[in-house]
Parts: sequence; structure tokens; C-alpha cells
Amino acid sequence: MQTSKTPYVILILGALLLLFGSYWGLSVAPAERYMGEVQRIMYVHVPTAWNWMLAVIFAFICAIAYLFTTNIKWDSRLEAALEVGVLLAFLLCCQGAIWAKPTWGVWWDWDPRLTSVAVLLMASLGIVALRNFVDDPRRRATWSAVATIIAAVDLPIVYYSVKWWNSLHQQQSTPQTVSSAFHLPLRVNGFGVLFVMIGFIMLRTRIAAMRLRNETAVPQHYEEAGELA
Amino acid sequence: MLTAALRKELLLQWRTRGQFMAVFVFGATALLLFSFAVGPDAKTLRLFSAGFLWLGLLLSSTLTLAESFHSEMENRALEGLLLLPSNPLALYYGKALANWLQLMFLGVALVPIMVILYDAGTTNLLQLLGIIALGTAGLSAPGTLYAGMTAQVKAKQMLLPLLLFPLIVPALLASVKATSLVILGDPMNQAKAWIVLLAAFDVIYWSLCGLLYGRVVEE
Repeated sequence: MQTSKTPYVILILGALLLLFGSYWGLSVAPAERYMGEVQRIMYVHVPTAWNWMLAVIFAFICAIAYLFTTNIKWDSRLEAALEVGVLLAFLLCCQGAIWAKPTWGVWWDWDPRLTSVAVLLMASLGIVALRNFVDDPRRRATWSAVATIIAAVDLPIVYYSVKWWNSLHQQQSTPQTVSSAFHLPLRVNGFGVLFVMIGFIMLRTRIAAMRLRNETAVPQHYEEAGELA
Repeated sequence: MLTAALRKELLLQWRTRGQFMAVFVFGATALLLFSFAVGPDAKTLRLFSAGFLWLGLLLSSTLTLAESFHSEMENRALEGLLLLPSNPLALYYGKALANWLQLMFLGVALVPIMVILYDAGTTNLLQLLGIIALGTAGLSAPGTLYAGMTAQVKAKQMLLPLLLFPLIVPALLASVKATSLVILGDPMNQAKAWIVLLAAFDVIYWSLCGLLYGRVVEE
């Protein structure tokens, strides 16, 4: 039984970094000239976006690894990555909407990045729902790996098709595209969200593995009665 | 092997052709209902006609796709098929091709309804047919794979659209855009780019889903 403290240490480290970075971003770093105080949401929005992409890539890797190795560990990791990805995508949409209303005047815009995040959020929710309805652990693992690969392959196609269709979102922010006064909180929060995400994924993987063990264990009364023939 | 699988699917579809009529009526009803959402303004309806056609087709497609695996679930027919000296690849492509043909027929059958209800006619029928063929191919490939998965679980009616709809966003977008350009006129010759996108989507998913199907049905 895994009972290592590592995920908790990583979570606390991430939370401390987030606290420090957000404090710096909210009160030390200067306000942006055109957007004013609203811009400060960038310090959580952009790190969330980076890490959401990492979660998606990790889920894709887990899915491929499961199909090649059929090691059920990859299924637990996939489950964790999918659910943490749903959380990050949901946060991303909320933060984006909060920022977009005062800046663009609308809550939502049919921009390629926004739409891709929303589409993948729905696709991940579909896979999570599928997992809840399949009782056989092997089938559940294979099917969610297949569905994850199909959804991940869809992501670039969605992105480019919506890009052709309509565009308004600004260039994505990296430390190179923003003024150096904003670097420190952005980087610190980037690592903060990264550590929190890794901590969550590790804990969620552990829970998934435990549930799986419970699910596949032979019920005690069957063993006693010797009915399992 | 593929022709045998396709022949079996087509025979099944022919023997249950009443279902096709039911799905067609469902799609036509959907087209009728969309106009109530927009109002009786003929100009607006014409503007949205391509979107309505594809949404109607998409909603009806879930019925066709789910039904295509219904008979395989009775008396564990799917297991029997897998025990035959054939391979899952032929079974998948047979079913996907049959679904594609049926959805294409459905799309073609819904066009007159669209023309009558929304005054959205075009003389460029060949291009419209091509777009319907490519668009329904995009629905059929992932749809058949997901129908094969969801047919085996409890909440099948709910899960198939939940998995399929987010996935086919690019195909839907490209089909609607291309159809719209064909109906409303295409002075900048943009339809071609959307058709290329649609074709790329089809190529990717017809190969990827075939590769993955063997894993979906294996025991």
C-alpha cells in the first residue's frame, strides 16, 4: 500500500508558491496600462492554461501507454489526469469569462483557444461519464484510453477549424510577450499551479488504484461459501 | 471479407427499412422545429438553413448509429461474429460503410425538406452531394466506433451523443460552412478550403478508428 507523503509535500509547496505569486501579482507588480487591474487575472489564467495543456498531454501519454502495456497503473493515472484536466479546463473557462466581460464586453467569444478548451472539456466529461457506466475494469480502461486518444487527436483539428472560422483572442502570453515587471509572479504561479496539479494527480491516482483494488477483490462472503466456481 | 461484412450490414438495413423511414421523419420534424426557434422570417431561415440541415442530420445520426449495434447485442451476436475467421477490422469497416451509406441517403432525403421549408435551393447539386458525402463520412467513422462501445453499457442512449458531439465539432463546422457557401453563393471561392478540411478529418478518423476498433471489441 502506497502511503508516501510526497504528494502532500508537493501540494503544500504548490500552494505556498501560489500564495506568494498571487500576493506579488496582486499588490507588488504594477497594473497594466490599458487593461488596468483586470489584467492581474493573467497571473492565474495563464499558468492554468499552461498546466491544463500539460494535463492533456499527460492523459494522452497515459492512454497510449495503457494500450501498449495493458498495465492497469496507466489507467489509474489516466483517470487522475482526466479529472484534473476537467477541473483545470473548467477553471480556465471561468477565469476567461471573468476577464473577457470587462475587456471585450462579452462573457464568451468563439475564439479558437476558448472553443478548443470548451470542446475538450465536454469530451473529457463524456469520457469520465463513460467510465462510470462500465463495470468491467479492463474494458473501462481500454475504452477510456481509446476515447482519450480520439479526443486528443481532435484537439488540433478543432483549434485550426475554429481559427479559420473566427478569431479575436489576443496572442497567448509567455514571459517573452509580457513586460519584465510581470515575469516573477507569472513564473512563480506557473510552478505553483504545476505543483498543485502534480500533487492532485498523484493523490487521485492513488485513490483510483485503491478503488480498483476494492472493486476487483473477491467479496468475503463468496469466499466463505465457496460459490465462486 | 469486407464485402461479406458490408453485405450483411446492408441486408440488415434493407430488412429493417422501416427504421430508416422513422429516422427520416425524426430529422424532418427536427428541421420543422428549428424554424420555430428562429421565427417565420424567410431571410433569416435561409441564412441558417445549412446549420439546421446539419444539426438535424447530426441528431438523427445518433439514432441510426445506436441502432446499427442493436442487433449485435441480441443473443450475443457480436461475440459470435468475433469468433468467425474474420477480423474486427472488416467488421468495423463493413458497419461504418453501411452507416455512412445510410446517413448519406438520409442527408440527401432531408435536402428537399430544407429547400421547401427555408427556401434554400441551389443548382450546384453535385457539390452539395459531395459535401453531404464527406460530412456524413465524418459522422460515421467515430460514430460507429462509439456506438460499438456504448451499445455494451447501460446508459447507451445518453453516452453516445455525449462522446460523439464534442468530437465531431470540426466536421460539423466545415460541413455547415461549405453547405452554407454552396446555398448562399461563394464569391471568394472559400468552400474548397472547408471541403479539404472535411476530407482531412475523414481520412484521419477513418484510419484511426479502424486501428482502435479491434481493442474496443476484444474480450
